[in-house]
Amino acid sequence: MTMQRKKIHPYKFSLWLGLAGIIMMFAGLTSAYIVKRSQPGWQSFTLPTIFIYSTLVILVSSVTVQVALKAFRERLMSKYRLFFAITAALGLIFISMQIIGFYQFQASGKKMIGLGSNPAYSFVLAIAGLHIVHILGGLIALAIVFFKAFGRKTRNYDVVPVELIATYWHFVDILWVYLFVFFSLLH
Amino acid sequence: MSNEAVIQHGTVSHEVHEHHEGHHHETFISKYVFSQDHKMIAKQFLITGMVWAVIGGLMSVLFRIQLGYPDAHLPWLEDIFGHWAKDGKIQPEFYYALGTMHGTILVFFVLTAGLSGTFANLLIPFQVGARDMASPFMNMLSYWFFVLASIVMLASLFIQTGPASGGWTVYPPLSALGDASQGSKLGMDLWLISMALFVVSQLLGGLNYVSTILNMRTKGMTMTRLPLTVWAILFTAILGILSFPVLFSGFILLLFDRHLGTSFYLSDIVLSGKILPNEGGSPILYQHLFWFLGHPEVYIIILPTMGLVSEVMSINARKPIFGYMAMIASMFAIALLAFLVWAHHMFVTGMNPFLGSVFVLLTLLIAVPSAIKVFNWLTTLWKGNIRFNPGMLFCIGFVSMFISGGLTGIFLGNSTLDIHLHDTYFVIAHFHIVMGVSAFMGMFAGIYHWFPKMYGRYMNNTLGYIHFWVTLVCAYVIFWPMHYEGFAGMPRRYYDYSNWESFKQFVELNKVISFAAILSFLVQLMFIFNFIYSIFKGRRVTSKNPWGATTLEWTTPIRPGHGNWPGEIPEVHRWAYDYGKDGMDFIDQTTPVGKDESKH
Ligand code: HEM
Ligand SMILES: [Cu+2]
Repeated sequence: MTMQRKKIHPYKFSLWLGLAGIIMMFAGLTSAYIVKRSQPGWQSFTLPTIFIYSTLVILVSSVTVQVALKAFRERLMSKYRLFFAITAALGLIFISMQIIGFYQFQASGKKMIGLGSNPAYSFVLAIAGLHIVHILGGLIALAIVFFKAFGRKTRNYDVVPVELIATYWHFVDILWVYLFVFFSLLH
Repeated sequence: MSNEAVIQHGTVSHEVHEHHEGHHHETFISKYVFSQDHKMIAKQFLITGMVWAVIGGLMSVLFRIQLGYPDAHLPWLEDIFGHWAKDGKIQPEFYYALGTMHGTILVFFVLTAGLSGTFANLLIPFQVGARDMASPFMNMLSYWFFVLASIVMLASLFIQTGPASGGWTVYPPLSALGDASQGSKLGMDLWLISMALFVVSQLLGGLNYVSTILNMRTKGMTMTRLPLTVWAILFTAILGILSFPVLFSGFILLLFDRHLGTSFYLSDIVLSGKILPNEGGSPILYQHLFWFLGHPEVYIIILPTMGLVSEVMSINARKPIFGYMAMIASMFAIALLAFLVWAHHMFVTGMNPFLGSVFVLLTLLIAVPSAIKVFNWLTTLWKGNIRFNPGMLFCIGFVSMFISGGLTGIFLGNSTLDIHLHDTYFVIAHFHIVMGVSAFMGMFAGIYHWFPKMYGRYMNNTLGYIHFWVTLVCAYVIFWPMHYEGFAGMPRRYYDYSNWESFKQFVELNKVISFAAILSFLVQLMFIFNFIYSIFKGRRVTSKNPWGATTLEWTTPIRPGHGNWPGEIPEVHRWAYDYGKDGMDFIDQTTPVGKDESKH
């Protein structure tokens, strides 16, 4: 056991590996997008401005989750809970804004699904939609850790779950920023 | 600072756990069903895989009846399968469903989940010296996601329109349009759902395998002291983690096309005389996404068996494996190249010939590490003190099959030849020999060898010899002639070849192939009988280390409990291949290096 001291915690290591898998998934999709873009029939687009605001929201949530983690390490539990809750709320707001964005996009005549849809627009829905699913996953994990802290009789000061969530949250945040820049440059 | 708290937490929980070992009661459910013990999960994967192998094998027997005897009417078929076998004749829809499911089941459920699931779970904790996986819970989840995937796939066999029927690669547009065929309806959706669950299972398993191997090794177990089995599983798991998600994204786009009216893969299609509105998509896109997984997938299947074979062969030749580092390096090269050759499955999709030639070059490069491995196996056998038990015979069979199939890969890897050979029986012959039969042989080697560790008993040797020889001969009788059929241009996936003048010459040959296929299926049933019989009635293992092997799993009790070692986990002092060193038969990994011992 003493040997393991300097090593990274196995769960954290697993998380990093899992993130590599997620990166491959989005790499697959964005490469498909790039290939498709170079073929005839591609229709270019600009994203509705609400996506800029949702990007800001998710960036702020990265800050709040970091504050929560720091509070947890310093055993400032009420501060930790507050900022954890804010993070979750920002996550929900982000998802709502994305969905509104999809509706605006579709309403502006850029059909993403159904008759007359163009793969260019459909890609936005598929890729950004899949990203939402990952945010949802993060929210569920957040909720589980959050309510476990209340449910226990004895206090649980194990920092690992909180660190795992923070890392994951930063990841999906950066992932969205990447996707946003990607869509904006390669429309 | 935070890290230290974590570790303390980990240590505490571990000690508590060990403490409880003696007097901790397990219910039937927690021991046999929702088990978190790696040894039990390994057995669960193995037995689930065997059930699937019987189902998938039976399917091939059925379609071989059609291929060998296209004019026969067998009333009992209709009794069992109803309108799918009207007038005792396998109907075309049924034939396609059988072929598709046979491929899906054997590639994914048997040779991926069944094979890796069994040996990764059994061997990683044992051979790296850990009490269990990094996360036993995730490990259990991995198995149960596999079960869920299995249930969904099984259910698809019983719905009215039948299971997916567009080939195991489920290419659009056929798979994207529900109206295109019976098998493209609900069966296709269930196929996609099942495979999505399957991918989740693979990822959960893979994450655990890698993090256990890298983080949980016992004291002294450096990476270069690991047995090759563990190395092989490590590369396999990394391939899986990096390639399955890409397949997943391909499936998501396919689901969009099926249900949301998008056109990722669809353009300019006329279906039953009607022009579809879909514009702007490309079915080739799917092929790229599929084969980006699909090619690494074939190595996900073969790499673990390469590890098993190296290990079992070295033990039974009583010699160190030849070129340990070269073995690792060649596996690394194979794993790396596996990601760079996928387009060799797509030479006839109209790709730019220059691009094609790049893929030819990269594809042919794989022959180099493959040849290094074959060379090392042969030199390991050379002048060995060989024990020809069933495990060892299957190792030798593996090498034979791998050579035969690898050589035909070089034919196919040349795009100019492949334009003729693509989608013919030559390809069927190639991949069944190099992947199907080889991987099964490696798996059998592993099962015969580690059965005593799993169940504390031996399998019957005589049945083992019969199993090996019949399988080997049948495999060559089935697949060797298919090369000639392929040269003659006989395409794969046709329902009935007897109407073509050019294929009439193969009528008798196809009967022989079908006969051998049925025989080889029966002998696999005999193997399963041997397996089950031996669990209960096999000769008991009486010593800890019956094969005289060096690795750590043989230092555990004959029937190890939860946590594997009753006391401390042993410390490791040497690599895993000290056989025949300094006049000793073998020196196990826990023995400290003597002062005047020679270097290897
Ligand atoms: C020397 C190494 C190899 C080379 C150069 C090679 C080359 C190829 C090529 C070019 C094809 C495409 C044929 C076509 O569809 O026209 C192919 C098919 C295939 N190969 Fe190999 N191969 C090699 C080894 C392997 C190994 C080791 C495996 C598995 C363990 C394997 C499994 C497969 C499978 C499953 C297919 C066919 C998939 C399908 O179309 O259904 N190959 N190979
Ligand atoms: Cu390939």
